[in-house]
Amino acid sequence: MAKILHKEQLSADVYLMRVHAPLIVEERKAGQFIILQTDEEFGERIPLTIADANEAEGSITLIFQVVGKTTTELSQFNVGDNLPVLVGPLGKPTHIENFGKVVCVGGGIGVAPLHPIAQALKAAGNEVTTIIGARNKDLIILEKEMEAIADKLIICTDDGSYGRKDLVTAPLKEICENEATKPNMVIAIGPPIMMKFCSLTTKPYGVFTQVSLNTIMVDGTGMCGGCRVNVGNQVKFVCVDGPEFDGHLVDFDNMMARLSSYKGLETEALHKCNIDREFEAKLEEKK
Amino acid sequence: MSHLSQAEINEQVKILFNQIFNRETPITKKEQLAIPPQMMPAQDEHIRSHNLEEVALGYSAEQARVEAMRCIQCAKPACISDCPVSINIPGFIKHIAENDFQSAIDVIKETSLLPSICGRVCPQETQCQLNCATGKFNKSVDKAVAIGRLERFVADWEREQGAITPPEVKPETGKKVAIVGSGPAGLVVAADVRREGHDVTIFEAFHKLGGVMRYGIPEFRLPNDIIDQEVLTLEKMGVKFKKNYVVGRTRKLLDLMKKDGFDSIFVGTGAGLPMFMGIEGENLVGVFSANEYLTRANLMKAYDETNSDTPFFHSKNVAVLGGGNVAMDSARMALRLGAENVYVVYRRTEVEMPARVEEVEHAKEEGVQFLFLQNAKSIKGNEKSRVVGMECLRYELGEPDSSGRRRPVVIENSEFMLDVDTVIVAIGNGSNPLVSQTTPELTVNKWGNLIVDDKMKTSIDGIYAGGDIVLGAATVILAMGEGRKAAAAINEYLLEER
Repeated sequence: MAKILHKEQLSADVYLMRVHAPLIVEERKAGQFIILQTDEEFGERIPLTIADANEAEGSITLIFQVVGKTTTELSQFNVGDNLPVLVGPLGKPTHIENFGKVVCVGGGIGVAPLHPIAQALKAAGNEVTTIIGARNKDLIILEKEMEAIADKLIICTDDGSYGRKDLVTAPLKEICENEATKPNMVIAIGPPIMMKFCSLTTKPYGVFTQVSLNTIMVDGTGMCGGCRVNVGNQVKFVCVDGPEFDGHLVDFDNMMARLSSYKGLETEALHKCNIDREFEAKLEEKK
Repeated sequence: MSHLSQAEINEQVKILFNQIFNRETPITKKEQLAIPPQMMPAQDEHIRSHNLEEVALGYSAEQARVEAMRCIQCAKPACISDCPVSINIPGFIKHIAENDFQSAIDVIKETSLLPSICGRVCPQETQCQLNCATGKFNKSVDKAVAIGRLERFVADWEREQGAITPPEVKPETGKKVAIVGSGPAGLVVAADVRREGHDVTIFEAFHKLGGVMRYGIPEFRLPNDIIDQEVLTLEKMGVKFKKNYVVGRTRKLLDLMKKDGFDSIFVGTGAGLPMFMGIEGENLVGVFSANEYLTRANLMKAYDETNSDTPFFHSKNVAVLGGGNVAMDSARMALRLGAENVYVVYRRTEVEMPARVEEVEHAKEEGVQFLFLQNAKSIKGNEKSRVVGMECLRYELGEPDSSGRRRPVVIENSEFMLDVDTVIVAIGNGSNPLVSQTTPELTVNKWGNLIVDDKMKTSIDGIYAGGDIVLGAATVILAMGEGRKAAAAINEYLLEER
């Protein structure tokens, strides 16, 4: 049981919650995630990245978008309610060091897991450029928090309602092209299709690109293998080997196909695909 | 196997029961050996393949007493030495024959802690029933005394009486023991250590207790109520449970000692790391580890589509790779989830299959199709990366290999396609690496199993391990056997430490 201490709505369908989980606070590091259920008996297990932690309060911050049944139910929990199942921290922490120049790319809700990583990278002495992308202005989250960390912040919206009217890959390409700004490392977190195209964008420039994968999971401890992905022709489990991998080695097409395993049965997977489809349509338009 | 209904079986046993128990002269050994084995009543195969209810219904009291009379009370009983926890088998069976079921269960509980579970899932035909004199006399292990069914009968009898007495607990010692994992090994250690008066906490990663008995073994073979009952008994003894707690992540193993003051730890984290074939197409949509397939259906209740939020994959034609109990469970679950054709694909023959004979029989009755001497070569997908078929190879048996089983040899150019949309890989589990990866002080072998000494102690003082994390994927009873050994060692260690 984990008590909800704070709840706020960040945009139309995005919520932030601080949940009492002192043991997780003690152990968690940037890049790790939790698994929760909204009902112990019949609920589904969904992974969510830990966006932040507050040691004084003993709480972790979760940011989620309402996309399916579980996230809808989660959005109906209020301050004082208890989450029946919350387990973590899971996954391997992000490898943090002073790479020099880094670019952090966050798409939509992906900005939430990106935030603690950007924070840690900055603290390690990196020069941090942040690119945030969303469909429109209302869906931009954590702008202020990111601005506070980043040496440079670029905002892109698909409809041009805020910042540049571009996909995140456009400024990323410009940064990589210019020898003066070419980063030592890029980290991209967002919809799979965005991470795929960020990886394709940086590859010709030989810039190491880390992505954080959010696949279907059941236990989150390596037991079920439902989260497996091909990375450099090896099978990896996102829950114990990841969630972060070298984006140039990840087989995104297989990963996206696997995410749609329960298409038609599971609205969440369906929704993720809708996001992907929009991104793909945009890319087509650009061409 | 015959297909008598429960009513027909009950009718038949009445006659036998009268002949055996209402007679003038004492029964002779010869007559005892001639009593026919008692059939296990089961749900009709056409009905049960569409429900999750338990398949085997259990003996009636009359059947149990008749079956108990088939035991000739050997002077040197092989069954006891073949039982991993050395239950006094002739002893408890004698009490059943004498209609004293309470004494029967008391005898079992002297050495075994989970009889209603073991009576259901132990591979008796390779253990206690293997060298049974009655079976030997009748020239078939199938005609051995049905020890497992009798064990289940008395354990169920006790539960139905509604008055399971928890074992006595000695005065508190103030010593704290952590148990990592609530599977069969962990539960047994908890009971044995708690009995000595130590303060016991079980840590479980999932939101439900029981480990593989909960997520892996299906309801139709081991009902959840039975696991709940065992857990309740432990609760009554004062054992504490912490669910949703991943030791190695939520807390490092050694921190349980350093930060939380545990004096000793038992690691029973099981063999939760599914193996795959390493063939082309294994990451296609529609390929599952048996662990995932069964966990969705069992633990997450996906079979209950109206209530459960966890989806299962809707299949028409399913191939299950492997020949063990997990393969049987997966195949039978696939039928229950609505598949039309379920194939068990196994590269050796039926004789070499490691699954329990009863599970294989049940699977066959329910309509699972067995493809022996065949194996997957690759899995084919369509443009959406969904499984559309499996390329198979045919095999023949060659010379025996190191395990003594004849080695399957591939027949060249024997490729053929099997029309399936789902493939379930049930070829075994490696040991779960979470605890060992986050505890570098623990030594493991090349398969990732924790290395322990003859007292189940790991490379760290005060930390013991047992079950599949030590053995590799094995059975519930072997895990329990190891658990008992580890518990004895922990009790001894805490006594010395005091």
